[in-house]
Amino acid sequence: MAVPQKLQAVLDLFATFSDPADRTSLLLSYADQFKEVPREVATRPFGQEHLVPHCESEAYVWALRQPDGTLKLHFAVENPSGVSARALGAILDRSLSGLPPEQIAEVTPDIVEQIFRQNISMGKGMGLMSMVQAVRSLANAART
Amino acid sequence: MPDTAIASRGYANPDVLVSTEWVAAHLNNPSIRLVESNEDTLLYPSGHIPGAVHVDWTTDLNDPLRRDYITREGFRALMSRIGATRDTTVVFYGDKNNWWACYAFWVFQLFGHANAKIMDGGRLKWEKEGRPMTREVPSLAPAEYEAPERNDAPVRVFREQVLKHAETKGQLVDVRSPEEYSGTRMHMPDYPNEGALRGGHIPGAKSVPWAKAANPEDGTFRPAAELEALYLQTNGLDKDKPTIAYCRIGERSSHTWFALKYLLGFKNVKNYDGSWTEWGNSVGLPIEK
Repeated sequence: MAVPQKLQAVLDLFATFSDPADRTSLLLSYADQFKEVPREVATRPFGQEHLVPHCESEAYVWALRQPDGTLKLHFAVENPSGVSARALGAILDRSLSGLPPEQIAEVTPDIVEQIFRQNISMGKGMGLMSMVQAVRSLANAART
Repeated sequence: MPDTAIASRGYANPDVLVSTEWVAAHLNNPSIRLVESNEDTLLYPSGHIPGAVHVDWTTDLNDPLRRDYITREGFRALMSRIGATRDTTVVFYGDKNNWWACYAFWVFQLFGHANAKIMDGGRLKWEKEGRPMTREVPSLAPAEYEAPERNDAPVRVFREQVLKHAETKGQLVDVRSPEEYSGTRMHMPDYPNEGALRGGHIPGAKSVPWAKAANPEDGTFRPAAELEALYLQTNGLDKDKPTIAYCRIGERSSHTWFALKYLLGFKNVKNYDGSWTEWGNSVGLPIEK
């Protein structure tokens, strides 16, 4: 299945930047747009069932079904050094929220490599791919 | 100014470790250069201690072609870029309990830049204390740095030296995870498999995972008494015996090397940066599980 349109636009945007410094700036701009899960959805301590496995940034993810059947994604990142997790959370929220779970469930973790490229290193990549996998799992669970 | 937060911990060489309070009090001292070294390349541009420069462990410290560290000329260029002379006090800090900061510190010792310190707790502690961060990259005038030839011998060992050391029952510390030590996995938990054909450890090595030397809540080094209990009492290491630390590529073991050499005062401790990616792939070398 094709990558959802908004997410493809983000991937295309990253693909246009060959300069690592530009890509870093773009990632930081997404991280700056990160919005933590609102209090009406979840408060600390967050439920462990929302914790992303293998993520050093202590990322949490929620997928709430909306009245129209689409999902709204929410994230929390507890590690103050979790800049990459915040960037990815913002990208996933902006590009996947509002889509039906069937479409979200088709997104694969390989988008992490396309987004982060040289900014992916060792342990971080596994955690970020695990974030995408957690979103997929929640979307699969929400499928009718 | 004595660093009282560090002085009370009983370290053999307390001068190599400084507290976040000490760094905050010296932010505008031109004879001090703060250097941030992380695993995550996004962290420095996302915000760093005011005045700090970034040293990347892959692009700044390693030779771009061979598996080796930069040469004298590369180090001279690096120090010029970060505006440091032989007299500059370089204070390293970074992510992950200062794992990469200790690695950078160790590489600097290959060039004998002894005027170096680690900021205890690294980025995590500085951030948790709500201290100032900035995205402004300092504009520094290039410095003249007279770099000596790289001298590996005082702090680094190579495969053949490690083999002789193991054959004579020398003291070895494997700082990887227990699973890597036992050979049930060939990479760090939650990290990709970056390739070793055999699992296990160098014969005779004691297993002391590197992060046990740090307090998990703020990344600071444990006090000397706790480090002694860990390395000397529990694992039977002897400060007076030649010691070699290793991990996968020599970065986690830089952290242990620092703790043993400076905080506990081991007389002769070296880092085997070839580590498991070399040993576990080499033909014919002895392995224990």
